[in-house]
Amino acid sequence: MNETLTAAQRVALARHPERPTAGEYIRAMIDSFLPLSGDRLHGEDGAILGGIGFFHGRPVTVIGQQKGRTLEQNLECRFGMPQPWGYRKAVRLMEQAEKFGRPVITFIDTPGAYPGMEAEEEGQGEAIARSIACMSSLTVPTVAVFIGEGGSGGALALGTADRILMLENSIFSILSPEGFASILWKDASLHDKAAEVMKLTAADLQKLGICDIVISEGKDGAHKNRELVFRCVEMEVERSLTELEKLSGPNLKKQRYKRLRNVGNFKEKLWQE
Amino acid sequence: MTSWINPFQKKREIMNHLKERGRGEQILPCPACGADVRRSELAAEMYVCPVCGYHHSLRAEYRIKTIADPGTFKELCRSLKGINPLSFPGYDRKLEETREKTGMSEAVICGTCRIDGIKTVICVMDGRFLMGSMGTAVGEKITRACEYATKKRLPLIIFSVSGGARMQEGILSLFQMAKTAAAVQRHSESGLLYLSVLTHPTTGGVTASFASLGDIILAEPQALIGFAGPRVIEQTIGQTLPQGFQRAEFQKEHGFVDAVTDRRQLRQQISLILQLHERRSGK
Repeated sequence: MNETLTAAQRVALARHPERPTAGEYIRAMIDSFLPLSGDRLHGEDGAILGGIGFFHGRPVTVIGQQKGRTLEQNLECRFGMPQPWGYRKAVRLMEQAEKFGRPVITFIDTPGAYPGMEAEEEGQGEAIARSIACMSSLTVPTVAVFIGEGGSGGALALGTADRILMLENSIFSILSPEGFASILWKDASLHDKAAEVMKLTAADLQKLGICDIVISEGKDGAHKNRELVFRCVEMEVERSLTELEKLSGPNLKKQRYKRLRNVGNFKEKLWQE
Repeated sequence: MTSWINPFQKKREIMNHLKERGRGEQILPCPACGADVRRSELAAEMYVCPVCGYHHSLRAEYRIKTIADPGTFKELCRSLKGINPLSFPGYDRKLEETREKTGMSEAVICGTCRIDGIKTVICVMDGRFLMGSMGTAVGEKITRACEYATKKRLPLIIFSVSGGARMQEGILSLFQMAKTAAAVQRHSESGLLYLSVLTHPTTGGVTASFASLGDIILAEPQALIGFAGPRVIEQTIGQTLPQGFQRAEFQKEHGFVDAVTDRRQLRQQISLILQLHERRSGK
């Protein structure tokens, strides 16, 4: 693991244009992946990739936030910012996983939910709320893998899992460092300073008890060590699933609630500098 | 030149003004229509402008008075206070100042009360406390109130007013969305009623968690309700938003709010909803 990077450098790596996307992890890890489309209410959202396939022999449901490589692809998936119907598609797939007893694996990589006019008209807030509530109440194992940016409620919507795995240079935060700096200090250019105080790196989040496992990316980030990173993620997901599969459905649900319940237990000071 | 003004008239004006002040009669110009309204008149109308129907912001304590049967409110986890979990610079002082200014320990008051005799759990947020933002303490209070309602098999009513998750507590604030949503989900799975009332403004992480998960969702007229704030949307799409965008009426039209209810009819409507969900004697 590379421990010399600053938070701001990790933010840059998390957003690196060559960083592997959710689709690439799925291709590397899931056999016979069958993409499924649409929320059955509004339409299909290019920012949410979802489907079923085999992971180490067992059927799983996979949901990922997809960023594009080319401008064209990025226009289609809005740089990985989902619309409400994307989250409703995720809910549909999670309910399906529940029905057929399949574990759910999510790949998180989004700057945040899309803040557009149509998104508001279609109830972005409600869609995220439902996705969080649905994921928290599943009785099948859930594993969330943070592979790049984990921005705000848009990331949390798919991140309320039994296990949170984070790549070394992925981030998870309440808002982008730019947004954070502009709200609190009225100056978006202070984003590097914001990145430092926000505790958004995988290592910081592990200390806070939010992230369970930090996955190494080697020396120069995931885009330089793709095969290695794919293999490590595959191994850690397998390990988490094997552990979680030992628990009964109601037990899983209870433990997940307990876990959410204890995040930010305000009684003790959590952060000592 | 003002020398022609009757000096006695000026004096009379000043005396009248002083008399008004002596009676504590403040004149408040309505921010919407500009009409001068006496405070007492405004109070009699639950701080709704009698001319144009503009809904002023309410303190949580006052809100409870307008809803609960007199003397029935009992506060839950009153002493629970937030800290500065991420050691964010300046946040301790900001919390202290806000506590002093508002007399509240956090941005929400939770408790039990009766409404026309029906016992219920009620949580009321207060926008004066750091814009009603949800940090760990707010999330914890709402979660505890919700768990209490689940355990005692009581309905739950939450009045939201919030700018969203509290920035200074970072990721821990974000997780309050998951915590409260999960708690509300459990309450729902127990077959209990959750009534969400959205007031001006309800945005961000609160909209994207418990506030949107009510079995029934009411909103006050003209309340701003949305996930992304209007400024962020305008920056994204590069144009100004149409009049009425993200207002309560807009949300109703788009199917995210059941009814837009004038504050003066709110108690009556809540009472009716509670009666409709009361358990029959057969259980």
